[in-house]
Amino acid sequence: MSDSASTGSWHREFELPSERGASRVVMDDLLAQLGLHGWPEAEIFGVHLAAEEAITNAIVHGNKLDPAKRVHVACAVSPERVWIEIHDQGDGFDPAAVPDCTADDRLEVPSGRGVMLMKSFMTRIEYNAKGNGVVLEKVLTAEH
Amino acid sequence: MATHRRIDVSKVGDVSVVRFVDKKILDEAGIQELGAELFALVEHDNRKSIVLNFSNVEFLSSAALGKLITLDRKVKSAKGRLKMSNIRPEIMDVFQVTKLNKVFDIRSEEAEAISAF
Repeated sequence: MSDSASTGSWHREFELPSERGASRVVMDDLLAQLGLHGWPEAEIFGVHLAAEEAITNAIVHGNKLDPAKRVHVACAVSPERVWIEIHDQGDGFDPAAVPDCTADDRLEVPSGRGVMLMKSFMTRIEYNAKGNGVVLEKVLTAEH
Repeated sequence: MATHRRIDVSKVGDVSVVRFVDKKILDEAGIQELGAELFALVEHDNRKSIVLNFSNVEFLSSAALGKLITLDRKVKSAKGRLKMSNIRPEIMDVFQVTKLNKVFDIRSEEAEAISAF
């Protein structure tokens, strides 16, 4: 969690209530900024999916929809890099303890794919020690 | 016939073809409603051959994937068959990284899915 958003040409922070659908205000801005910074549609899809999963996890699993708790989101976007940091006020979790959703005996379990999707569609995801904060980063490579 | 808000259902022979109303399947209430409508096709209407046509779908969350997995299980336990078609590349990536392409019967086009029953 040592990164800063200093390299982003757009930067904004949000305080979200712990209610379903609260991610929308972040997504509207973030997706618009990715478009303005020339990000390809396929890459925007992946960032959208990862950020949506992370914010939903913070609201539902982290803060457990407690109206007294907030989710803090900081975003930065440049033409080559997007950086999103999300903190909730919950007890945290151990991401290493999340079972592999692609194991044969878990393929048909309906839940538990959020963290895996974040890892797949971002360059880097890093949780803090408590497990109630995560940094998502995607860096565009030369072929894009 | 049940009223649907999240899906459009048509019949091609014995096959029920389902199209999604929403381009982005991500809000929790909508996903719950979508799941209930999909499950009713099997549990209430006793439909055995179902194609989900994703041509209208631009985005879906992991919660939506959960509903698709549950639907697939319900169809299989009712001795029916579920196929999916017209999935755009970004969503196909989601199915591939989660290996759900091994669970679901995915075809390129609706006509191909229908003829595969």
